[in-house]
Amino acid sequence: MMTRILILDYGVGNLFSLMSAIQREGAEPLIRQEIPPDPCFDGLILPGVGHFTPVSERLRRMRSAIDEVIERGTPILGVCLGMQVLFDRSEEGPGQGLGLIPGAVVRLPDSVKIPHMGWNRLHLVRSNPLLHGVPQGAWVYFVHSFYPQPEDESVVLARAEHGVSFPAVVGRDRIFGTQFHPEKSGEAGSLMLKNFLRLCRG
Amino acid sequence: MVAKRIIPCLDVDAGRVVKGIQFQHLKDAGDPVQQARRYRDEGADELVFLDITASVEKRKTLVEMVQKVARTLDIPFTVGGGIRTLDDARAILSSGADKISVNTAAVQRPEFIAELADMFGTQCVVLAIDAKRRLGRGNRRAETGERAANVESDIAREASPTGDPEVWFEVYTYGGRRPTGRDALAWAAEAERLGAGELLVTSIDRDGTETGYDVDLLAALAARVNLPIIASGGCGRPEHIYEAFVRGRADAALAASIFHFHRYPIPVVKRFLRQRGIEVRP
Repeated sequence: MMTRILILDYGVGNLFSLMSAIQREGAEPLIRQEIPPDPCFDGLILPGVGHFTPVSERLRRMRSAIDEVIERGTPILGVCLGMQVLFDRSEEGPGQGLGLIPGAVVRLPDSVKIPHMGWNRLHLVRSNPLLHGVPQGAWVYFVHSFYPQPEDESVVLARAEHGVSFPAVVGRDRIFGTQFHPEKSGEAGSLMLKNFLRLCRG
Repeated sequence: MVAKRIIPCLDVDAGRVVKGIQFQHLKDAGDPVQQARRYRDEGADELVFLDITASVEKRKTLVEMVQKVARTLDIPFTVGGGIRTLDDARAILSSGADKISVNTAAVQRPEFIAELADMFGTQCVVLAIDAKRRLGRGNRRAETGERAANVESDIAREASPTGDPEVWFEVYTYGGRRPTGRDALAWAAEAERLGAGELLVTSIDRDGTETGYDVDLLAALAARVNLPIIASGGCGRPEHIYEAFVRGRADAALAASIFHFHRYPIPVVKRFLRQRGIEVRP
């Protein structure tokens, strides 16, 4: 059966690219505003659209459903803002994140252009199945003004630099996050999505 | 370090790519999806589609085109032209575009920028500024009645961007046809405050001339705002892109004709830049 990936829709829309990317990699995207109770999907993606405050609020209401997803061992991938809401809080605005990875999200320094927009290189710091085959220095596409500061450095799988060295890929157990957009990151992005889908297949 | 971006621009009329010369005379240059793919494979960092379709009923064609492009493309792309409402923006963004660019509607009602940023996020909002060199600071008031109150304060605030106190840059709307009396530098600063995420700066004087970007305009804007700036208008050779990055301090360079007719394929342009110490994505 085709791997099914639930893409959570926070109501902001703009999920077409992520959906198309999942289709290009040969999996089936399901777009839902809620997390269905039955395990009808193999992986969950928290997309990177919107603002920290409303999105974290919405996600917290789904807290028990997200915990069940984690208990089942279903992989989760947070993209951009979807990665930031995995943390406790953000300088972008009030609200409590999911706290699945301890730490805070802070603003990029004013010494560089904000948003950090464009292609930048990954500095891989830890091997992980999500990064299998991704070369050191791979180019990926970023659009963001904030970045996470995890309390535990061991969750950082790759870093990038824009005024400051910041975590670009994080992972803890089967919970992952990318600060860049894999669906817009050409070959390296496609490789990471393939790896994520492989993890979803078990 | 973030790489400097090379962005081919595709002007689209009723779902077909056309090429703009001085914004008015057009030649046909192909199918949007095929062009997008070709540019992606050649190493384009992003694409910009500018819709110049005049008729409202044909705008549905644009949404279909955006979906087709988004299905195949794995690099970011921006769509601009004729976006006047939040619904227009939503239609484009929910069809898979990463960013929308606005010009006329934002000049007429600057709060539109804030509304777009609140709804879709700053990162989606590109402000297109079409600017033209003007001589005579005093002329600034006479052009149109549009937002005349702001124009007064613009004059007081702006130092000369070129070193010549008589030269200033005027914002144009309606595809470069209508002067607004607004100062481009003051407008950029206001747009940054309102929530624009990027500026797409076109020199009307240089557009279609292939004599190089207006580096003075770019450098003046880079000194004024902390947003990424895309240089546009006037690119005829790879040297022009180098100048826009080094002297103009632009973050990205947009061009059409040098790529469309394959005079300077993207890998050639990137090699040129890399050899001169500019960081670009291979």
